[in-house]
Amino acid sequence: MTAMTGSAEKLIEVRDLSVAFRQGERELLAADRVSFDIKPGETVALVGESGSGKSVTALSILKLLPGSARHPSGSIRFKGRELMKLSEREIRHVRGNDITIVFQEPMTSLNPLHTVERQIAEVLELHAGVSGGAARARVVELLAQVGIPDPQSRLASYPHQLSGGQRQRVMIALALANEPDLLIADEPTTALDVTVQAQIIKLIKDLQARLGMAVLFITHDLGIVRKTAERVCVMRQGRIVEQGAVADVFADPQHPYTRELIAAEPKPDPAPLQPGAPAVIRADDLKVWFPVRRGFLRRTVGHIKAVDGVSIEVRKGETLGVVGESGSGKTTLGLAILRLISSQGPIVFMGKPLQGLKFKGMLRFRRDMQIVFQDPYGSLSPRMSLSDVIEEGLWVHHPGMPKAEREERVIRALVEVGLDPETRFRYPHEFSGGQRQRIAVARTLVLEPTFIVLDEPTSALDMLIQAQIVDLLRALQKRRELTYLFISHDLRVVAALASRVVVMRHGKVVEEGPAAELFARPKTDYTRALFAAAFNLETAAEGVVAQ
Amino acid sequence: MDATISPKVQETSGITPLGVAAPPRAGGIRISPINKRRWQNFKANRRGYWSLWLFAAMFLLSLFAEFIANDKPFLVKYAGQYYFPALFTYTETAFGGEFETAADYRDPYVQKLISDSAGYMVWPPIRYSYDTHNLDLPTPAPSKPTWLLTEKECQPVVERKGLRGCADLEWNWLGTDDQGRDVLARLIYGFRISVLFGLVLTVISSIVGVAAGAVQGYFGGWTDLLFQRFIEIWTSIPSLYLLLIISSVLVPGFFVLLGILLLFSWVSLVGLVRAEFLRGRNFEYVQAARALGVSNAKIMFRHLLPNAMVATMTFLPFILSSSVMTLTALDFLGFGLPPGSPSLGELLSQGKANVQAPWLGLTGFFAVAIMLSLLIFIGEAVRDAFDPRKAFA
Repeated sequence: MTAMTGSAEKLIEVRDLSVAFRQGERELLAADRVSFDIKPGETVALVGESGSGKSVTALSILKLLPGSARHPSGSIRFKGRELMKLSEREIRHVRGNDITIVFQEPMTSLNPLHTVERQIAEVLELHAGVSGGAARARVVELLAQVGIPDPQSRLASYPHQLSGGQRQRVMIALALANEPDLLIADEPTTALDVTVQAQIIKLIKDLQARLGMAVLFITHDLGIVRKTAERVCVMRQGRIVEQGAVADVFADPQHPYTRELIAAEPKPDPAPLQPGAPAVIRADDLKVWFPVRRGFLRRTVGHIKAVDGVSIEVRKGETLGVVGESGSGKTTLGLAILRLISSQGPIVFMGKPLQGLKFKGMLRFRRDMQIVFQDPYGSLSPRMSLSDVIEEGLWVHHPGMPKAEREERVIRALVEVGLDPETRFRYPHEFSGGQRQRIAVARTLVLEPTFIVLDEPTSALDMLIQAQIVDLLRALQKRRELTYLFISHDLRVVAALASRVVVMRHGKVVEEGPAAELFARPKTDYTRALFAAAFNLETAAEGVVAQ
Repeated sequence: MDATISPKVQETSGITPLGVAAPPRAGGIRISPINKRRWQNFKANRRGYWSLWLFAAMFLLSLFAEFIANDKPFLVKYAGQYYFPALFTYTETAFGGEFETAADYRDPYVQKLISDSAGYMVWPPIRYSYDTHNLDLPTPAPSKPTWLLTEKECQPVVERKGLRGCADLEWNWLGTDDQGRDVLARLIYGFRISVLFGLVLTVISSIVGVAAGAVQGYFGGWTDLLFQRFIEIWTSIPSLYLLLIISSVLVPGFFVLLGILLLFSWVSLVGLVRAEFLRGRNFEYVQAARALGVSNAKIMFRHLLPNAMVATMTFLPFILSSSVMTLTALDFLGFGLPPGSPSLGELLSQGKANVQAPWLGLTGFFAVAIMLSLLIFIGEAVRDAFDPRKAFA
């Protein structure tokens, strides 16, 4: 095959693409001589951890990078045309027309002040010159195509009136408006629930088959790669370390990093059930109702029942997994149990009732019950050094502790979570997400608690790091006989940690039982749909889960 | 999301947390890397940086106004003994005079007493204080700057005092005001009192404002609602008229004025700090502190205040300049500091009343304009320094 025919059958050819960012006086190389190509109608996945340069690579194709970026080397040929040399005017014609992009966060990618119709019609008018009634008809057609029920009535909706999944569908409709040859999907499902994620992936696959477009799928989730892509490029530190057909790469990974990535799925090894052990925490018929007030006198006209009559019990040494879609009340439940928000219904900790205790009364229990939050970037004060962050609890609960002992306990906690204690005078921004989550764990450990609420501690982390944090939590539980309440929408992580599982939906418990049994034989349709979406990225029959 | 798109994540990925254990120290105080970065950003704004130094130098000099412009020498040697009239008050009898009153060192009689005892006096460069009346004016007050006088205008004084010409007169570099007081001396003292007043007012109103905003933002709900309504009513009171009424009842001294202006100036920061606290109280690290059992006061102080400080610091120079402006305006209207006090506003109002004496108005104008410009330039540089996009970039 000659070079001529070779390039003719490729839709896009990226050769030696480098991206450098100026940062003060330094220059950071975000992508380093990246080469790959996509054939028409093909799905290629770019996979890698955050910071590996996958989004940067994708954004370079459309020249969407900020002004501080430049390309030291590389060429991007799209249908034989060099994109790197196009002027701003010419590239605008390619954007939204030949190549379109769907971003991660559907809420911020749509203009909150424009209706759905206006957002999509704008693209149509800009690139295809269609307007008026014809545009409206096309918008309805597009919305139907992306599976929005009753599209006619949705035309006048604003983004906030749509659910997350629907917003992402609108984004896809936007991207499809001009029937592009290449769709770049930049982590389009990361911000969505598992059930919705499965629907969106299915939608993209269906549309691709119908319209014959190529898709560049950017993700950190290998499950998605396996499900959607034909070929995969594994990126690390700005380079493509391995690429090939998905089946080959998964069956026989060549690069050690790929092997590590594939092996990174958290291994199920939950804490054993402890039927005889005493209950560390128990809540009966717990309710968190937020009043809805209306009118001039702010009368309470109803309640949002975030947690509606949930009874749970966690025995010493066990891990109770709480799973459910976002909005199901999992996090609210965790906060209510720690009495960080007000609730009704008895909460008993180690045999002592907690409801009704004032700040002072709660103080002596705070030492024993701790929480680790989801977002490791938000949960550490950026203005306190590690040592200050970890010490804070000691100041509250052991005000008289001598400095040397305090320091020693900080060091011990850091060692325990696998961080170098020498780094304790540094500030959180110098650490990566996984390291920050370790710091957050160290902050709780320094008080030697018995019960820790883990509120999606792995959701904001990369696959590899997730597995490491799961291992860490498991090791700590064994060593210290900790009791966990593990809140997550990620069922793979729950399966790895939980001894018992509670499935929540709309503030109520749908199903509960020992983890092994529940995962093997889910009883309700909802649980089954949830599992199918999480483990196999399969969508459920209509009506079982939210759209 | 990929790290290189968001500047917040960018910084973390490239740096390995291993290495030096000791925190960066400077002069025994721990300087966080963010603050270091801010200081560099501040310095990068050359205009603001130089303005800061210029303003600091001027303010520092004016703090020692008694040694720059004074009607008392700072050292007197009389009969083999040393006296420090700038610091202590001596009676005329101490120098062999007749009256028990404080010695007037500008009086030729006292000067003669001292020189007769083989003593001497060391004078500051300007031999007038802000309230010294020049009794040897060649022209009726307000009198021109000495370097503008013609020999003809000087003649009567020159003859009376037995001097050779205008150059031998005691110089009024910027002329005198309508009471024959040296404008330069009044300018130096006036600058000092303006800046001091502004600083004190700024600091106190910031403390009150930050505290009020913090409480409102942190507790929210009814506290916030009632407080906000109160502030709305409070700010709708026409403060100038109230000031006029109060100053007709109370004698407006430095602290009375400070108190009155404080009544209204503390509101300026409340909204800003309140917003920061409202935003910050649901941060996860604040939740985490709550879960640790940290008390509300501590959370506000340790976790939330630093966030609000950025906004506060950015506003401080502008509040300072507006405080200075308010005082000047009141003085201009005659409702400010008591009569006789050196003040820029009074200088300006004299300039308005004496259009034939442009040195009054021009001096007042340039003094206020330069001072406020410097403060605004500093303010701009501070704003740059605290700009989060620059601090993290």
